[in-house]
Amino acid sequence: MIESPEKRELSTTPRFSDKVFRKVVTAGAFTSLIVLGLIAIFLANNSFGVFADFGFKFITNFEWNPGDPENGVPAQIGIGAMLIGTLVISAIGLILALPIAVGTALFLTYYAPEWIRKPLTILVDLMAAIPSVIYGLWGFFILMPHAVYWAKLLNKYLDWIPLFDVPAKIFERSPFIAGIVIGIMIIPIITAITREVFSQVPLDRIQAAYALGATKWTMIRSVVLPYGSSGIASGAMLGLGRAMGETVAVYLVLNIYFIPNFQVLFSSGGNVASLIVSKFGEAGDYELQGLMAAGLVLFGITLIVNFLATYIVKRTSRTGGQ
Amino acid sequence: MTVMSTDFEVASPTKPWKLSSKQVATNAAIFFGSLLAAPLLVLVTPFAGKLGFALMFFILNTSANMLVSINRFGIKSISNSVASSLIYTATALVLLPLGSILFTVISKGFAAVRINTFTSDMSITQPDAPFNEGGALHSIIGTLELVLIAGLISVPIGILTALYLTEIKGKFSPLVRILVQAMSGVPSIVAGLFIYAVIIVGLGGQYSGFAGALALSILMLPTVARTAEEVLKLVPNDLREAGIALGGTQWRTVARIVLPTSRSGLMTAVILGVARVAGETAPLLLTILGSTAVNLNPVKAPMSALPLYVFDLMRTGLDIAISRAWSGALVLLMVVLVLFMVARILSGNRK
Repeated sequence: MIESPEKRELSTTPRFSDKVFRKVVTAGAFTSLIVLGLIAIFLANNSFGVFADFGFKFITNFEWNPGDPENGVPAQIGIGAMLIGTLVISAIGLILALPIAVGTALFLTYYAPEWIRKPLTILVDLMAAIPSVIYGLWGFFILMPHAVYWAKLLNKYLDWIPLFDVPAKIFERSPFIAGIVIGIMIIPIITAITREVFSQVPLDRIQAAYALGATKWTMIRSVVLPYGSSGIASGAMLGLGRAMGETVAVYLVLNIYFIPNFQVLFSSGGNVASLIVSKFGEAGDYELQGLMAAGLVLFGITLIVNFLATYIVKRTSRTGGQ
Repeated sequence: MTVMSTDFEVASPTKPWKLSSKQVATNAAIFFGSLLAAPLLVLVTPFAGKLGFALMFFILNTSANMLVSINRFGIKSISNSVASSLIYTATALVLLPLGSILFTVISKGFAAVRINTFTSDMSITQPDAPFNEGGALHSIIGTLELVLIAGLISVPIGILTALYLTEIKGKFSPLVRILVQAMSGVPSIVAGLFIYAVIIVGLGGQYSGFAGALALSILMLPTVARTAEEVLKLVPNDLREAGIALGGTQWRTVARIVLPTSRSGLMTAVILGVARVAGETAPLLLTILGSTAVNLNPVKAPMSALPLYVFDLMRTGLDIAISRAWSGALVLLMVVLVLFMVARILSGNRK
């Protein structure tokens, strides 16, 4: 008789160590949820007074005056002007960056010779890693003289368009220049995402287009761009989110004034993020609440933009492919 | 598909979109021809300056290419040559500012960097003192402390998040992915404001390196989590199954097989996270405030960091201080570049 070995324990219930492991990992995964929730709660909690006083007017009010309660001057706090500034600057940045980024992504996937593709991709990725304070420094000292010249040209020949008109001939530190800097900063983000999508275009469709006699451009227009359209859109959204939250580069380049300004070549403007930096140092308790409220609004807007970007990407992965 | 007989030749696939050497030569001739002819046109037309040159060059180059392609392929190929001109221009427009940034930071930075940039701080030096006095030591140490603490907080959480997405694959995975994505979009100033609201307003604490590191870890977490997820996905499932089949628990499999396999990839994730936050300025303005002396204690008193050093010196508006700011920018850029390159090399080894 062979002695049968001791019966081994077989079970599908996880061991104690695994239970702990799974709990810890799950808890870790929900940190992002907790942090996002805490951000909203703390900012809302600290800005409650301002929202209670101004309500929706906080967003539409163009004036930022902390007032002087002891002498009976009421506070007027609203971020309307800075919201407009945020939109103007990020719109300029996006309008400049989007075609350049898509063009570069097309170059990297379909035009560049093999040997140049990889180093160029690394360079573009590197551009995303350059700190924003360096963009601000460069934008102020190096880009500004050139950009002022371009602004003068635009103003000279196109001042019949209200956008390019100026109340006084001061072109330094304008939203136009801040927009260029922001545009340069978001180019690598948009390029990375669109390049990713372009490189997934099925080869057989490309070959089919060539077989039908398409030139390279007609192939791109009829195959690559339709396939990559939602990738482009989500790249643009992510770039927009980055542009709206950018602080230091805008603060260093722009002449911050609390007036809504659509004349993009004129030396006056601002955005919500740079408002927080510029007012933070000397803010009293009530004004600080206003800044927290501004941060909350900015947080909300960027969250929405980011969710839109994710949603568009998801739609791609559903409808794309074969 | 099997080929039964081998007495016919299989045609090798042709690539109709590839340029022949003759086409490459034509393109190069057009490029250099336009480069030479553009200054002449700038002289005779009212266009002036670099912008005029760029415009003339673009017009010459595009129209010459157009003529060549009309000659070869007929009138319908105009759009093709215009499009390729535009795409080449777009790439040039990306490389131009990048080259300019790297060049100015390096040249202006080197002009102001001395040995003492790395050995002394600004506590007894005025911002506009000569370059051989004072330095950025306090900021370099500050950045190191911040990055170290932020890493200690966000790397474990980031890897746990990635493990949840790749190992546990729970029913909340899509939600977690969306939240991590959303968190990566949080503006850095909002992260700073949040930590200010918690530590300084809420808990009555003080400006400190720890507060700054907390703000940075909010920004670092999503980068680490997403890169780590990509890396852990590359670990072959066979390895996990082998671990389980040998009787290992999931915890042992992850700790002894999955994580060690992707060690260099996880290092990449950490380094990319560090590179993401090393240059952040805005949250630090609200949390560590800035200082001119070395502060080794991260939980007490304001401290400085390289981006803040650059930012503060630039705001003084003094010429020498601004040169100092460039030197700080050079050190910062070098830190980020080295991190970026190390991450590249590590992730390159993996593939």
